[in-house]
Amino acid sequence: MPEYQTHEHDVLVIGAGGAGLRAAIEASAGGVSVGLVCKSLLGKAHTVMAEGGIAAALANVDDRDNWKVHFADTMRGGQYVNNWRMAELHAKEAPERVRELEAWGAVFDRTPDGRILQRNFGGHRYPRLAHVGDRTGLELIRTLQDHGIHQGIDVHMECTIVTLLKDGGRVVGAFGYERERGRFKLFRAKAIVLATGGIGRAYKITSNSWEYTGDGHTLAYDAGAELVDMEFVQFHPTGMIWPPSVRGILVTEAVRGEGGVLRNSEGRRFMFDEIPENYRTQTADNEEEGWRYTQGDKSARRPPELLTRDHVSRCIMREVKAGRGSPHGGVFLDIAWIKARIPNGAEHIKKKLPSMYHQFKQLADLDITQEPMEIGPTTHYIMGGVKVDADTQMSSVPGLFAAGECAAGINGANRLGGNSLSDIIVFGKRAGEFAARFAKTAPSAAVDARQIDEAARTALEPFERGTGGEGPYQVQYALQEMMQDLVGIVRTESEMQRALEGLGPLRARANRAGVGGHREYNPGWHAALDLHSLLTVSEAIARSAIERRESRGGHFRDDYPNKDASFGMFNIIVRKGREGRMEVSRAPIPEMPDELKRIIEEMK
Amino acid sequence: MATATFRIWRGDAQGGKFQDYQTGVSEGMVVLDAVHQIQADQANDLAVRWNCKAGKCGSCSAEVNGDPRLMCMTRLNQLDLAQPVRIEPMRAFPPIRDLVTDVLWNFGAKKSIRRFTPRPPDAPDGTWRMAQVDVERVQEFRKCIECFLCQDVCHVLREHRLFDEFIGPRHLVYAAALEMHPLDTENRARDLKRTHGVGYCNITKCCTNVCPEGITITDNAIIPLKERVIDQLYDPVAKLFRMLRRSP
Repeated sequence: MPEYQTHEHDVLVIGAGGAGLRAAIEASAGGVSVGLVCKSLLGKAHTVMAEGGIAAALANVDDRDNWKVHFADTMRGGQYVNNWRMAELHAKEAPERVRELEAWGAVFDRTPDGRILQRNFGGHRYPRLAHVGDRTGLELIRTLQDHGIHQGIDVHMECTIVTLLKDGGRVVGAFGYERERGRFKLFRAKAIVLATGGIGRAYKITSNSWEYTGDGHTLAYDAGAELVDMEFVQFHPTGMIWPPSVRGILVTEAVRGEGGVLRNSEGRRFMFDEIPENYRTQTADNEEEGWRYTQGDKSARRPPELLTRDHVSRCIMREVKAGRGSPHGGVFLDIAWIKARIPNGAEHIKKKLPSMYHQFKQLADLDITQEPMEIGPTTHYIMGGVKVDADTQMSSVPGLFAAGECAAGINGANRLGGNSLSDIIVFGKRAGEFAARFAKTAPSAAVDARQIDEAARTALEPFERGTGGEGPYQVQYALQEMMQDLVGIVRTESEMQRALEGLGPLRARANRAGVGGHREYNPGWHAALDLHSLLTVSEAIARSAIERRESRGGHFRDDYPNKDASFGMFNIIVRKGREGRMEVSRAPIPEMPDELKRIIEEMK
Repeated sequence: MATATFRIWRGDAQGGKFQDYQTGVSEGMVVLDAVHQIQADQANDLAVRWNCKAGKCGSCSAEVNGDPRLMCMTRLNQLDLAQPVRIEPMRAFPPIRDLVTDVLWNFGAKKSIRRFTPRPPDAPDGTWRMAQVDVERVQEFRKCIECFLCQDVCHVLREHRLFDEFIGPRHLVYAAALEMHPLDTENRARDLKRTHGVGYCNITKCCTNVCPEGITITDNAIIPLKERVIDQLYDPVAKLFRMLRRSP
């Protein structure tokens, strides 16, 4: 084995968004040495893009709220295939995690009596989202970052992990490269926390940046861990669609929370046309009531624009398919209309939605205080991920933990807006805490030199093929097109089978990918190395989606358009089989304790 | 499709030169789109940092036709495409490769600022009470996306290279956010004067002019910090008092 730059930590956290930072802070507080690997610079992770807020039943705005309501809302939103224990822990612990952010310097918007303000959001019964205008994610990551830099954590910026190292059954380290010089790095660790976020780059229209290639999902899968719920991908209903270069960029749900409405080309509020049965009693049946809800009237029910994201996305697709879409293939989202209801409305919009105002003004030459926005669904989030123990966040591989988007369970078939920022701090903390505990009792272990040399050799192959090989970006684009067309918002068996057949040739092309130049900060090389993860998660999504022959949450099958109760009894698991083939199986959902069942009944 | 020429600096710490690329231009494109197209089709190894592509992460800072900008928020229709569009890395920082610079110094500078230290909680449940009007001034500073364009354009750093004596506008904004935080109890005036070099700023407002978040850096953050330093450390009566107290 050649000499690699080697780092030794008790706990290695891979990923430095909200979940990774929170895990690193907690592990460090547990008295162990911690390393934190970021794919980009510290503080640039996708958490900054979260806009609307952090869901936590603080009950500052509506004192009827409590963890039980939040729990029931999360389970209903997830169509009851969630890991109920995670949903319970999340609802119970989120308020404490939010208050802790304030103690670390976060500056949330305030209620008139000086407490943390909370806003309405899709699927949440009461105003529940602690927020800072529409840049809550930035506030969260910056608070954790500014707190974290004083905790003695070793940060490895612009570093990508390509494989986890194992000794027998457990993980003992990770191997990757740093971008600046292109040199390999070897990390020895007693426990590893994956916090790498999502898979959005597997799709063409996405709100995700280049980083979200399913790295954590794939590292875990390759290390023998189980992935669960991979068929559940969330397509956020409101992404920008025009001009083409901004297609997919997120338009926050807070626009609807503040009174924004969806209209088709005929000017009709089509969301009133179809209200799902399990939300009927909670949804306004006229426009006036919906408006009152957004303005804080506690006796009013929510407007249908604030139904869950999966449902809103499908309604938009229905309008577009029926020929009632906007000029560029979406529908209209109108916040400007509230000027008729609120004095000084334009200023009000700018104050409540500053970054949306900014984003449309600069990128689309459109003033949202004057005109409706054109929007359409965009790939946003994956509910599926590494299967973990609810309390400890450990995967099926000893010593390997996961938290945040790359872990699964809390969200079931569909995530509620605002539950991601709370998920990452609740389970980031738990992962860090239990990883530290694991590390304290774990004996040192050897890393396998052969495994490392093999990973290094594979990583350098694109240079041997040079520019004569396949262009890595072209392979990525082809995969994104295929996933968008065949395993997107509306799915059928035959199309998904075609996607599976298409993955083989794409993998062959990825194995021929070549790049020119040298190893120092070479994005083409990085793109080539990311292809393995993208292909792995794409296959996991397609296989899981074929297996679930029903429609539920983020997973909609045109050939099985209804929910099927028998499919509500299990989750779908993928794991790497003996010969390296992906195996799909069904795992029964454990029986929920009576106490939790009662809560769900009471909240119906 | 119309095309335009992009004159991109290619090189590293040893030096480099501008190279011209032609690429197609369509409606609504931003400079970062053009760079990505060139990277995908003509120069796979063209180095550039980016993440969110929506002006929220502050990764894609560069100099476009000489102006410090976020490439993702610079529309091509704001530029004269009859001429080559010149794109180069931030010049205040050492080049790593092509459009990527070494901004690590910023992370150290931030760490040197005394951390947030809140007063004891106001309520028995461990929470605080703050009025919206009192947090708004800090919220302005907390909009910062750490793109470091203000650092790039600040002549104290860019021309005079006083990286060891001056933390730059970004971190003065950060210090101001802490100093003006309604809960904070720490005093950073002495650090600001001695090690953070707030006195070097001569209020040319270049930083305010380039801030993509529209933070009024000079007027709202730096000048109040200068005032704090003067009030606490240059008041002649207070100075005399300190001298007397120190004398045996």
